[in-house]
Amino acid sequence: MTQNVDAIVVGGGIHGCSTTLHLCLAGLKPVLIEKDYAGRHASGVNAGGVRQLARHIPEIPLSIRSMGIWEKISDLLDDDCSFESYGQVLVAENEEELAVCRARVAELNALGFTHEELIDGAELRRLVPAVAETCPGGVVSRRDGAANPAQTTTAFRRKAQQLGATVREGVAATNIRYSDGLWYVDVGSESFAAPVLVNAAGAWAGKIAAALGEPVPVETVAPMLMITSRVPHFIDPVVILRGRKLSFKQFSNGTVLIGGGHLATPYQDRNETVLDWKSLAISARTVFELFPVMRSATIVRAWAGIEAKMKDDIPVFGPSSRHKGLYHQFGFSLHGFQLGPGAGAVMAELIVNGGTQTRISDLGIDRFHPTTL
Amino acid sequence: MFKRSEQDKRPPVQIFVDGVAVAAREGDTVSAALLASSCDARRSTAVSGAPRLPYCMMGVCFDCLVTIDGVGNRQGCLVPVAEGMQVEIQKGKREIGR
Amino acid sequence: MTVAPKREDYDVVVIGAGPAGLAAAATSAEAGLSTLLLDENVGPGGQVFRAISSTPVTDRNQLGADYWVGADLVRSLRASSAEVIHRATVWSLDRNLDIAVSVGGASAFVKAKRMILATGALERPFPIPGWTLPGVMTAGAAQTMLKSSALVPDGRTVIAGQGPLLWLLAAQILRLGGRIDRILDTTERGNYFAALPHALAFVTSPYFAKGLSMMREVKAKVQVVSGITELSASGDGQLASVSYVAGGKRETIPADLLLLHQGVVPNVNLAMSAGIEHRWDDLQLCWSPVLDASGNSSVAGIAIAGDGAGIGGANAAVVRGRIAARAAVEALVPAAAAKLAPMATLRSELAKAERGRVFLDTLFRPSPQFRIPTGDTIVCRCEEVTAKDVLDSVAIGATGPNQLKAYRRTGMGPCQGRLCGLTVTELMAQARNKTPQEIGYYRLRAPVKPITLAELAAVPKSGADVKAVVRG
Repeated sequence: MTQNVDAIVVGGGIHGCSTTLHLCLAGLKPVLIEKDYAGRHASGVNAGGVRQLARHIPEIPLSIRSMGIWEKISDLLDDDCSFESYGQVLVAENEEELAVCRARVAELNALGFTHEELIDGAELRRLVPAVAETCPGGVVSRRDGAANPAQTTTAFRRKAQQLGATVREGVAATNIRYSDGLWYVDVGSESFAAPVLVNAAGAWAGKIAAALGEPVPVETVAPMLMITSRVPHFIDPVVILRGRKLSFKQFSNGTVLIGGGHLATPYQDRNETVLDWKSLAISARTVFELFPVMRSATIVRAWAGIEAKMKDDIPVFGPSSRHKGLYHQFGFSLHGFQLGPGAGAVMAELIVNGGTQTRISDLGIDRFHPTTL
Repeated sequence: MFKRSEQDKRPPVQIFVDGVAVAAREGDTVSAALLASSCDARRSTAVSGAPRLPYCMMGVCFDCLVTIDGVGNRQGCLVPVAEGMQVEIQKGKREIGR
Repeated sequence: MTVAPKREDYDVVVIGAGPAGLAAAATSAEAGLSTLLLDENVGPGGQVFRAISSTPVTDRNQLGADYWVGADLVRSLRASSAEVIHRATVWSLDRNLDIAVSVGGASAFVKAKRMILATGALERPFPIPGWTLPGVMTAGAAQTMLKSSALVPDGRTVIAGQGPLLWLLAAQILRLGGRIDRILDTTERGNYFAALPHALAFVTSPYFAKGLSMMREVKAKVQVVSGITELSASGDGQLASVSYVAGGKRETIPADLLLLHQGVVPNVNLAMSAGIEHRWDDLQLCWSPVLDASGNSSVAGIAIAGDGAGIGGANAAVVRGRIAARAAVEALVPAAAAKLAPMATLRSELAKAERGRVFLDTLFRPSPQFRIPTGDTIVCRCEEVTAKDVLDSVAIGATGPNQLKAYRRTGMGPCQGRLCGLTVTELMAQARNKTPQEIGYYRLRAPVKPITLAELAAVPKSGADVKAVVRG
């Protein structure tokens, strides 16, 4: 028997969960379908960076919208998500890199964005005392921070469920089809029908879009992370580098997360990744050079989450260019976690109101397919 | 807690635990030498500071973590003693920035 | 001293120098395959033959004839061409058979055509109130010290639990002049009846006579209390007393040392981190790898031998090691397999060695109250998470061990779940009314043992990395 709902959301990452929750808040009855469990892949195992810093300009408005939600995340979810706001700092390792930073901040200021702030060596060392003496400055985004990704994604799912969302975990959405103004999806022995379908299936979303006639240039990647055992507190903000692949964050429990985008080999069909230790060693060498205090820390675990990366590194977000009632929300290209809360809110506005005040026009799938609607 | 059997004829080895000389035998692991000695070898955990001694002695429980010759978080049950070895009992998150 | 592997590629890499690994490496090398044996300990032997080449316990009767069997295995290995590295910690293995190993503070990468994992067993977690107190250890820990350093308990000592190793240890401690004040036998009375149908296989197995005589030897000297239904340790920063209930009556006795044991379970961390499929074993109450008759796992090229393949004991481990090695030889150089014992012979030896196992597993199946703790009893020793913490997380939506990490950092400390994984699975299964198989286990990832950032930073650069530097 087919169950009729108001919207079908495919994918239980932070985006699918956030959209489901915001649809509930708007009074709709959505169903969320996740083939594994909420937060199983990139959303649950990413670095947890809540970052407006160093974003592509087309997604800055969405990021700013999201930041406002992050700052009141407990009110929304009844869970603090371990969100901490100690800022994020982009470190320039030399004068050339600092010049690039200066130009970037000037460009943002000209566009009216003020969240990024150029800092000199003295301010850098005030914010990040452990950084090597040779670094001349950088950029800070002071409201940025970090959260626990698995906790956050789970909290979105839990709250959505409390507000009446139907959640199906452990069974894939199959046989997606459109008929007489309704989207139909099979979930194991069940079927759901709704006027709205949201494709938030992460690394699996590209296949869904392609099957519905909207192929996009996307690949599956698995950025690697590693974490140390608990060490004494020595750093507050999240640190990223201008010139090398490194991000760096110490949590309140003392563990230090080291990331930056070196890639593992994904085996998407098996939900598996094979780590590349020689690339992780590059991250280790970078930390070794920039944070001498970390040299004797021990690495206790490394992992990688499977996600979708667009060729242009910009997400696909908004209505389909071909089908009524279909919306895409994927391809966040290694920087989707912070956008999750805001993207869910905006997606709900698109679905319920048919539009949004947040500027998202450069993110649509119509950049690949001129709209035929 | 433990005593040595009289048949043990292995040569002595001297190690230092927090600067104090401790008699061990060649072939002892650091953890075995600590448990055979009279010194208070209890580390404190990084989470709550609770006292711990080695539990499994086979490299799986990590309750034997000690600092050996300046390197923190070594598994004392897997490292054999050596003459003059400096062992420090770890208190809390004592790993870096010492 | 320990040195890095001599080559980057081997036909066969064996991990673990216990009974299975010693036999597998010797067999593989004997057939002419380039063979590397990596082992974490100072010398060969694994747990059962620990310190076989170096033990200060020179009176052979004290450790028993079963122990000295290990010396023959070591002799065979040393007579072979296998390269052996001790104090070598394998910290990563993946499905491409790429191995990362730390030797003497430096890491090296080697690649194998075939792998034989012989990482053995570890003692089942025994999560009772107070089990993290200094002065509470595993029986295996005491046996390790006894074998490798001739150390025996000399304070007020209580041994609690069940299983063959417990009685062997007690006998060995007494033979070496150590002190045992009391033995608390936790074997469930009902298990004797459950095990009865399997008794015939057991009485005709080699364990039977040995087991009986050892129990007699111990019971002549130590007070044994059986039918223990509750057990706890207490003390302020140090064990002071052990409390137990037997036959409905509670007793508390002062103690300096409490040795716990309720059997052994496969040490699955390395195998699971390589992506090898495991299933819940309802009889042995643990995860065991899914293997074919030659020990081949779900990952092509990786076989598992010994207790890591499912608990079978030392004799079975030796044969499993030979079977896995023979299968590797057959796969790589079929002609060379002719030198080795035929597979049919090995399989019948294995059947013989495994006889009586079902009886032991049934008789010594640990009681639920000693596997599935309640209240403030610590489940995860590393992150100090209690049973109540786990159940509270289940109540607000944690569905399995991996989801639990988001609520409580269970399994995320340095032991990577070795001391809490089974407890968490069974606890969550009970709370959610699911089977352990449905609940699942932690996803384990490398490094399976922590390495320092400095050691990782110092690994040899890859070709691409070097090129990137050259291009500036």
